[in-house]
Amino acid sequence: MDFLNSIILLTNFIIVPGITYGSQLALGAIGVTLIYGVLRFANFAYGDLMAFGTMIVILVTWFLQSKGITLGLLPTALLALPVGILLTIAVSLFFDKTVFEYYRNKKSDPVTFIVVSLGIMFVLNAVVRIIIGPNDINFMDGHKFIMKAREFKQMTGLNEGLALKSTQVITLITTIITCSILFYFLNKTKTGKSMRAYSNNEDLALLSGIDPKKIVLLTWIIVSILATVAGTLYGLDKSFKPFTYFNNLLPIFAATIVGGIGNPLGAFYGGFLIAFSEIGLTYAYKKFFKYIMPEGLEPSTLIQFISTDYKFAISFAILIVVLIFRPNGIFKGKVI
Amino acid sequence: MIKNSDFKICLSVMTILTILVGFFQSWGIALSMLNLCLISAVMAMGVNIQWGFAGLINFGVMGFLAIGGLATVLISVPPVPEAWSAGGIGILVSGIFLLAVVFSVLIINKRIPNHKYKNYFIFVIIILSIPLLKFIAGPSISKIESINAATSGFLGGANLPIIFSWFVGAIMCALVAFVVGKVCLGLRSDYLAISTLLVSGIIITIVKHEEWLSRGVKNVIGLKRPVPYEVDLQNSEWFIKLVEFLNSSKLSNVLDFDERTSLLNQLVISSSGVFVKLCFSLIFLAVVLVILYFSEKALNSPWGRMMRAIRDNEEAAKAMGKNVVKQHLFIFMLGSAIIGFAGAMLVTYDGLFTPSSYQPLRYTFLIWVMVLLGGTGNNYGAILGGFVVWFIWIQSAPFALLVINIFTSHLDETNYIKEHLLNSVPYFRYLMMGLGLLLVMRYRPKGLLPEKIIKN
Repeated sequence: MDFLNSIILLTNFIIVPGITYGSQLALGAIGVTLIYGVLRFANFAYGDLMAFGTMIVILVTWFLQSKGITLGLLPTALLALPVGILLTIAVSLFFDKTVFEYYRNKKSDPVTFIVVSLGIMFVLNAVVRIIIGPNDINFMDGHKFIMKAREFKQMTGLNEGLALKSTQVITLITTIITCSILFYFLNKTKTGKSMRAYSNNEDLALLSGIDPKKIVLLTWIIVSILATVAGTLYGLDKSFKPFTYFNNLLPIFAATIVGGIGNPLGAFYGGFLIAFSEIGLTYAYKKFFKYIMPEGLEPSTLIQFISTDYKFAISFAILIVVLIFRPNGIFKGKVI
Repeated sequence: MIKNSDFKICLSVMTILTILVGFFQSWGIALSMLNLCLISAVMAMGVNIQWGFAGLINFGVMGFLAIGGLATVLISVPPVPEAWSAGGIGILVSGIFLLAVVFSVLIINKRIPNHKYKNYFIFVIIILSIPLLKFIAGPSISKIESINAATSGFLGGANLPIIFSWFVGAIMCALVAFVVGKVCLGLRSDYLAISTLLVSGIIITIVKHEEWLSRGVKNVIGLKRPVPYEVDLQNSEWFIKLVEFLNSSKLSNVLDFDERTSLLNQLVISSSGVFVKLCFSLIFLAVVLVILYFSEKALNSPWGRMMRAIRDNEEAAKAMGKNVVKQHLFIFMLGSAIIGFAGAMLVTYDGLFTPSSYQPLRYTFLIWVMVLLGGTGNNYGAILGGFVVWFIWIQSAPFALLVINIFTSHLDETNYIKEHLLNSVPYFRYLMMGLGLLLVMRYRPKGLLPEKIIKN
């Protein structure tokens, strides 16, 4: 019984939140890595692109709610998602046409691209704050819990409860669907293959008749979809605040580089690695050891590797360790 | 220096902006804007040394500014004896432990020949040392933080004049930059940008959460000043006489004695604020000029030419026998030290240290906008950028207010859109910054005052 209790405890506090947060990071990191792989720069405006997409979703959600349209048990935001995606694609393509295209044609160095993306970051930051304000917004509606901790306890008779929020399940399902489609597209379809070819060797891809404009367009579309989906899932699970989205850029970057920049599958694993180490290393295992250790040997301290204040710092530290020991990332990225 | 046209542009922009604000708003506002412009100029020069001279992209500005700010606390605040007696020994022991870990890692790294598992071994040592460190320091930290938690709850500082802290902040930053540089400088430009950004995130987390050191989110207020306090000025004989002398024409118009005294009192109070700010301005101006002088000297010396050579063609510089790695590390430390100096100046001017206010947008990317907009590789450009960008940053809210009012003048006061727009006025500064940066990068990619290479 104690053993089961300890397993449930870990599931409730580490595995379920880890999978949810990891999925959100993974989606974001795949977006960053695709931009890096195809367009060859680190996009600092990505966090704010996520915020922009989520903002549109929230606005449409509010509009739908005012008309009395909801999805019943599911959050209305899922219904608003397509609109958010379309507008985010429009914004991405607008910035690509007005800003990035010029530097791409000039073949500027990566630093120039980073600097320009900083400019776009400032602009998007302002746009989001002007339209929706800097405050915390909770736009989750529908059924909150699939299983409450108390219900679980009553059902199983265990001491520990297992709570399952519907956002967590939605996050997982959406991530599985999005990633399967994406990886199918990249690995099996002709367009996806040409995209990977372009990312691998630009000149060779041009020689074999791949249209770079089409590839760039496609990349921005995929990236915008990923950004909006990741942003909306994060907002549903926690809440929407523009500043948090900007801050999330940092663990996303960490996940991207840890997984090997330019490598989508690596970014996927990187997201989970970062999420699980952030949660796993800041969790206090005292209760867990109470269950599995024999009586009299229970620990007196919290058994916590580092305090939760350092949650973000962990992902940064992992990144630095990876940069020192395996600069190409754990899953061999493309270039350094 | 005087004959330089860039210098003239800088000086005239500085003067015109300050005078404009002084006439249209108030001299107090103008001087505080000038002071922050000067501090920004120092920050921009620090970044410019790294980016403009050497091509090193450092997005960790925020972290170094915070270290400079921490230095003001550690130097100028009086020590808390109770805290020292309660947990001082524990902190010292854990400090020694930390040093021991660092040295053992260094020795292992140097002495043991390249073995397959060496890196893993070092990794394990570092990982194990963190819980151990927590175990050693934990009890004393909680003791220190529990002493007068509302007013102190930290170890305090060295109770020295705050000017010292500027130099100490610079030295601390140089040391941190040494470590960061050793780890990150070998990386390619965009990796360097991301990793320095993340390192600054770690620094901010430490400053924010190690309350025994910095009081963390509880902030340190009432820091010392290198200039007199307003209250002391208002009570000093010479200052009242000075104000009386400066405003003699205004005062002589008032015949009634009581009225005259009250007017004089008002003038003394308002001008004491201006006087304090003026003192700050003079000190900051001196700092800017000194750094500018040395920076210009360095830029035009053989060393500066070598740095440019390394920046423009690293391989060629290497082939000429220049030690690129060493020079990069050195210039990274130098620039970070200047940034730290500016961070200490900023906290001194504010009079309070608030770790939670350090955000990358304001303290990293804004400084970068200054450098890029002003002119990469040109010290005068950095100063000009510091001025112009800070001016826009401060004045864009009133400007946006004006524009919104003009465009929505036909709308009702309670109109939803108008109210919403008026509430979001502070965020128009981000928009201005972004658009400014994009426009400059497109049409003047070298900045307003481009780099000038003197050809002999």
